Amino acid sequence: MSNSIMIVGVGGQGTLLASRLIGHVLIEKGFDVKLSEVHGMSQRGGSVVTYVKYGDKVFSPIVGEGEADFILSFEAIEGARYLKMLKKDGLLITNTAQIYPITVITGQQEYPTEPIDALKDKCRVADVDALKLARACGSDKAQNTVLLGVLSRYMPEIALESWLSAIEQLVKPKFVELNKKAFLEGRNA
Amino acid sequence: MKQLLLGNKAIARGLWEAGVKYVSSYPGTPSTEITEEVAEFSEVYAEWAPNEKVALESAMGASLAGARAFTAMKHVGLNVAADPLFTSAYTGVNGGLVICVADDPAMHSSQNEQDSRHYARAAKLPMLEPSDSEECRDFTCLAYELSEAFDTPVLLRTCTRVAHSQSLVELHERADLPLKEYKKDPSKYVMNPGFGYKRHFVVEDRLKKLKEYSENSPLNFEEINDTSVGYVCSGTCYEYIKEAIPGASVFKVGMSFPMPLEKIRAFAAKVDKLIVVEELDGVFEAEIRAAGIRVDGGKDIFGCIGELSQSKIRAALGLSLPESAEFDQPLPARPPVMCAGCPHRGVFYVLSKLKLTVTGDIGCYTLGAAAPLSAVDSVLCMGASIGMLHGFNTVRPEASGKTVAVIGDSTFLHSGITGLTDIAYNRSISTVLILDNSITGMTGHQQNPATGLTLKLKEVPPVSLEKVCEAVGIKRVRSVDAGNLKEIETALREELAAEEPSVIICRKPCQLLKYVKPKPALSVDADKCRGCKSCMRIGCPAVKFASGKAEIDSAQCVGCGLCSQMCAFGAIGEGKHE
Repeated sequence: MSNSIMIVGVGGQGTLLASRLIGHVLIEKGFDVKLSEVHGMSQRGGSVVTYVKYGDKVFSPIVGEGEADFILSFEAIEGARYLKMLKKDGLLITNTAQIYPITVITGQQEYPTEPIDALKDKCRVADVDALKLARACGSDKAQNTVLLGVLSRYMPEIALESWLSAIEQLVKPKFVELNKKAFLEGRNA
Repeated sequence: MKQLLLGNKAIARGLWEAGVKYVSSYPGTPSTEITEEVAEFSEVYAEWAPNEKVALESAMGASLAGARAFTAMKHVGLNVAADPLFTSAYTGVNGGLVICVADDPAMHSSQNEQDSRHYARAAKLPMLEPSDSEECRDFTCLAYELSEAFDTPVLLRTCTRVAHSQSLVELHERADLPLKEYKKDPSKYVMNPGFGYKRHFVVEDRLKKLKEYSENSPLNFEEINDTSVGYVCSGTCYEYIKEAIPGASVFKVGMSFPMPLEKIRAFAAKVDKLIVVEELDGVFEAEIRAAGIRVDGGKDIFGCIGELSQSKIRAALGLSLPESAEFDQPLPARPPVMCAGCPHRGVFYVLSKLKLTVTGDIGCYTLGAAAPLSAVDSVLCMGASIGMLHGFNTVRPEASGKTVAVIGDSTFLHSGITGLTDIAYNRSISTVLILDNSITGMTGHQQNPATGLTLKLKEVPPVSLEKVCEAVGIKRVRSVDAGNLKEIETALREELAAEEPSVIICRKPCQLLKYVKPKPALSVDADKCRGCKSCMRIGCPAVKFASGKAEIDSAQCVGCGLCSQMCAFGAIGEGKHE
């Protein structure tokens, strides 16, 4: 059996770095790990999905319906889009910050009102304004590590030091301190 | 210690370990990272070629000279390289040659869902299919042994979920191999009818030997468990089946051409029912059936469109899925979109405003087809914009003043030059726009012959797009600033009115390039904004409309100024407005 985390968001939000950081700490813990990413056209502001699978032995690199232990949603409605992938007792961690898709900007479609309240009727939700916390740390781009910090609260098997050391090893030196700070903001939010 | 590697990076590692000396590719999702990653090794010469055909031909040359050589491409790239591919089966190799082809089921970033396994059969070349990153490394190394042992190029087929998934890989050292001796041998390498005919016998004989190898190869193996159903699969489908139906009997095909049909026959005899699980076409199923082996299910269950997954396999087989909730409000679609500050946006706005017919091409600018710009009439393949424009205008000359082709710098050099030569030579009154953003964008910023840098970032003289256009016979060649709407419109009106072929080069570097520094975000003066929504017509993701006024998202805006050019009331500018 394997565990599954699904990271969803908008192309350009840094979901790839988040999945690589999670992969790093899980390997250190001795798990078999698979990550799956999509590159290319979907990275241009479209809806993007990254999968993290771990356990004694992992086969499929992707997450199927009703299989995700966690969905880490970088934008308020992207988690809703993939809700059916969440396990019945899984946890949806979501950013409350909204990014309007082009279909909403151009008035073709509407952005749902209070999507997070609607999600709370459907599943367990942990929400955080990652944009606000990241901005306070000095960069909007650190929203990914804020959200990772929130996730880390629900993965007690991984020690805080492992997360921080993963950030030190995978993030460009210039941005390490910023991202560590953002991670802790998320973890303690 | 094992390392977590992307499938593509594991292939690059395998190339290095196998002692490969020469790599030449053209970028194409999902194959691109192989060549980028292998370029990190100083022992390996690696380059971006102008297109896949040139890449394969140069790899053939390196092989002829005695080096282990490699090229990688996406599935449709193999169409471009198909000419050398088919005859390379006849010549065989000197140094080992491996061609990686990456399919894209579900079309995450492609224009079709073609199945490259057909190429192995059509070109009579062996094909290996890894399932995860460890196999990517292993199969790459093995492919070189096969290539040299059987004197043949070898196809290595991946798909998006193998190429772009990461899993653990054991690392090994590099085998440093000297160049093999080069001996002139026209009967093997000069494929005129006389020699070629004789080599065809060699090809058929080699296929028999490869078939024997496939029957005995550990790459093809069975796992006998519950014998009520046996599943035949390869690549990523093996991983899906293992997870969808734990404890099932499985036949894993690692060498997918020639197929180990006798081994599969023996497997079929051990199970009550045989089901073939393969993405895209029923290639295995057809061959297994043709061998007289009973197949109880395949394409009738799974179809031939899109990707499979453990969930899709279970659902198709009528098995239960875990319970889950569904969001019940309608959600707006979030398609990919040109970035804020994208240099293509202004061009497509003007094309749309002038209501032109636009033959489009492959790249980020394919996004010009999406609303609200909706400016593109056709997208077919790399370079097709220009050839299609020529044909369109030739049979419909009255359309000449209202029709243009749009092609990127890298795509133009890939296969647009020949189309432009057709226009110049056969004199259709056609106007071609080259969108020069100084990089190969969609695949994630690769250098190309017009950028002045190589894959290994060596400075080289850039190809002059103007001079190329002039040299093929276009007299009217001009360039404009792609960030200036008026300039683009003026140039378009003048060139479309001209009674001869013309090219407009629209220049502005991709906003995501590191050396392009974003300007301060613009903002809207709410007192001046009349709420006319003109600025919304460019479809910029940073411009929103709320409570009757335009708003600019400062987190996304890079100050390109396109929206302020749209505003007739001077409401958009630099600095904060209250």
